[in-house]
Amino acid sequence: MEAGAGAFGDAAAPRGRRSSLLSRRRPPLVILLAGVAIGACVILPAAYLVIVVAGDLGPALDTALDSRTAGVVGRTLGLAAAVTATSIAIALPIAWLTVRTDLPGRRLWATLCTLPLVIPTYVGAYLFVAALGPNGLLRDALGVERLPSIYGFSGAWIVLTLFTYPLVLLPLRSALRRIDPQLEDAARAMGRGPFQTFRSVVMPQLWPALAAGGLLVALFVMSDFGAVSILRFDSFTQEIYISYKSSFDRTATAGLGIVLVVLMLALLWIGSRIRSARATHRLGPGPARPPRPYALGAWRWPALASCSALVLIALVLPVGVLVYWASQGISAGSTSLSLAAGLAANSLMTGIGAAIAGGLAALVIAVLVGRYPGPLTRTIERAGHAGYALPGIVVALALVFFATRAVPILYQTLAMLIFALSVHYLPLAIGPIGAALAQVSPRVEEAARGLGRGPTEVFRTVTAPLLRGGILAGAALVFVHAIKELPATLILAPIGFRTLATEIWNQTSYGFYEASAIPALILLLIAAPPLYLLSERGTVAS
Amino acid sequence: MRVALSVALAATATALGACSATSPDSGGGPPEPSEQGITLYSGRIPSAIGGAIDMYEAKADRDVQVRFGDTGDLAATLVEEGDNSPADVFFAQEPGAIGAVAARGLLAKLPRDVLDRVPPQYRDPEGGWVGITGRARCIAYGPDVSRSELPPSPLDLTGARWKGRVGWSPASDSLQQYVTALRLRYGDDVASDWLEGMVANDAVDYPDNVAIRDAIANGEIEVGLINHYYVAQAIAAEGPDYPVSVYFPPAGLGSLLLLASAGVLQSSDRKEEAFDFLRSLLSPESQRYFTSSSKEYPLAEGVKPDPTLTVPLSGIPAPRGNLNDITQIQATIELMQDAGAL
Repeated sequence: MEAGAGAFGDAAAPRGRRSSLLSRRRPPLVILLAGVAIGACVILPAAYLVIVVAGDLGPALDTALDSRTAGVVGRTLGLAAAVTATSIAIALPIAWLTVRTDLPGRRLWATLCTLPLVIPTYVGAYLFVAALGPNGLLRDALGVERLPSIYGFSGAWIVLTLFTYPLVLLPLRSALRRIDPQLEDAARAMGRGPFQTFRSVVMPQLWPALAAGGLLVALFVMSDFGAVSILRFDSFTQEIYISYKSSFDRTATAGLGIVLVVLMLALLWIGSRIRSARATHRLGPGPARPPRPYALGAWRWPALASCSALVLIALVLPVGVLVYWASQGISAGSTSLSLAAGLAANSLMTGIGAAIAGGLAALVIAVLVGRYPGPLTRTIERAGHAGYALPGIVVALALVFFATRAVPILYQTLAMLIFALSVHYLPLAIGPIGAALAQVSPRVEEAARGLGRGPTEVFRTVTAPLLRGGILAGAALVFVHAIKELPATLILAPIGFRTLATEIWNQTSYGFYEASAIPALILLLIAAPPLYLLSERGTVAS
Repeated sequence: MRVALSVALAATATALGACSATSPDSGGGPPEPSEQGITLYSGRIPSAIGGAIDMYEAKADRDVQVRFGDTGDLAATLVEEGDNSPADVFFAQEPGAIGAVAARGLLAKLPRDVLDRVPPQYRDPEGGWVGITGRARCIAYGPDVSRSELPPSPLDLTGARWKGRVGWSPASDSLQQYVTALRLRYGDDVASDWLEGMVANDAVDYPDNVAIRDAIANGEIEVGLINHYYVAQAIAAEGPDYPVSVYFPPAGLGSLLLLASAGVLQSSDRKEEAFDFLRSLLSPESQRYFTSSSKEYPLAEGVKPDPTLTVPLSGIPAPRGNLNDITQIQATIELMQDAGAL
């Protein structure tokens, strides 16, 4: 092992010296092999699409190049762009207010503004219709004849923004927290006003976090089915669904899936351009003086009002409707709490399993990309996003295809489900770990190497422990998404294995909203603590 | 890291323990028999089939393993699994899905006695699947509409009286089957004219039948094209004051019967048990369970529909031609896309 790694290192040395300092070494063989193995796993959904399309090229190309497909691509990209833009517009001020100002109760606001992420879009969308629909609660409250329609683009836009903007808020807050305040002090000392300082000093340092968070939101929108189907917006996933339903012809569907993968690659490319074009030099690692919070003065009132409005719409209103339905369901006797406890245990088990597997896999990939950048590691990272950009049903069917042929013994076991969910949500964990890694100076690792430790040992005893916070943050994001996931869970779970998400589906598919409210509320309760920890991490300096 | 991991592992262990203690069964029925039986892929949710499964389990003393899911997703899964499928029986909510599985040669030929339990128009001419229950298409209407205003055929909903007031669900299988039946009975031109007329008349899109029913109930729209039993179930749950009523249009295939059907997988090594399961689903007691709990039409001969189903089965047209024929459904989808309905 040691000799092998040394040989790699020597061979790479001359070229490495001419490029950057970081790529001087090849990664330890064990980590490289682990990375390649993980890459092979996460690329399975995309590989399945390629296999299916290659088997029947004509019809797949017909679908992919259909004029209808162009329209769907346009609509889906439009929605993704709109949701990403509004998510940033919401997340940026909230992040700044809760990290860098004296906003009263800012830790509480930070948590409350992160929590909407726990609400699955399929639940959020039907709650949205119940509350704001043409004849919903709001219309009754206002006593007006008719509200503007919430269906179509506008409804999908609002709902997806409300329940995914925390994906931008979380990395933004931790990026803001990391910024060395001395630069800002210098700018202020040279006479720049607070807004000018923010624009010219702070903003450039936030671009990587904005790009990373924005990418997660855009890809999520592309793969979401819950919101677009309920709010009647004809996006890519809706088209894939209709294609399945109309023919069960997987070739046409795979053609659409390939288009989605190509779009994802384009977005990843744009994201990496933004990051590299705006990359700022890391400042010295020493413990930064905690930033002095900006005094908001009278501005705190509009700030508090905006935070309250956001929390009201994205959290209090949906949870309020759920609590109301739950109370109706309990009084009607349609809800069994002991059944719910069993479902919660199953959800927890699945989520924790996916969080551990996804967190560890993301650690390997983040270290490979962060410490040993090169074409191979970048390819592995990009391939890892395919499982996230594709709808859950496509990921599930890909794993059905491979598992029934290669490892039938694992098919429809809990291990299989956990595998699928960690493949699906891996990119969520890579971001926070990568950000934590960027804060650890490679010199620390080099010092450990200098003291005679092998590269694998350094990874195990130095790098990984320093990344603890990032790993937990990444794992928490995977957990929250894994317990909300529906289509892959329905297909790949062990037979008879029911979770909170499948129970919500079970009840809402026949319109029993009251009965679905209890599992939905338990789902939110389970997902809330990890998100609370995540938001705390952004507030309290480590 | 190590601490976090051990906490996570402890939590997993606790969860495992809690799970084995309170493992939720398939619908809160009687205790499960100890001997493992067939594996069922069910496109219907537990509350719409659980009672019939319990009856079979009690009779056969076998524990049925059930995977619940969306019918279309399950059909796609069966196609992907091919010969390696763990499923023995597929119970499909919609005919297109089971037709697609049959078209790939994945369904075994059913024994004569199973097929003969239902009239010939309710089973696969090739013998791959058999109808278990039926639901009728209908026009559901809210309190703002009087019965006498309702047209004799859904084809008349393109008139000015209904502009912007009709809900439908072009993405749902049930509407697609209705359009397929229209095409087979009256030709593509009639179906296409109707679709274009509905779009021009601002028919409101909903994702499924439940959404249409709820939209009528809360006044978003006045009438909707849905399956009768969604309304019947809501009336059973909410009482006679429920604001949505059902009307079976006599013309234009307005009350077409759609089948929920089941078949046995060719790859099953428990075919005899699986056939027995279908016999059980078609037994008078299971059929009575279906009609009384989910207000569907029983298809087995000699079983009376629930008293709330005021129109007899004989008064409801069965589709002419094979609605399960997947090529027909593909043609329907194309027609709907061309008309701007999808």
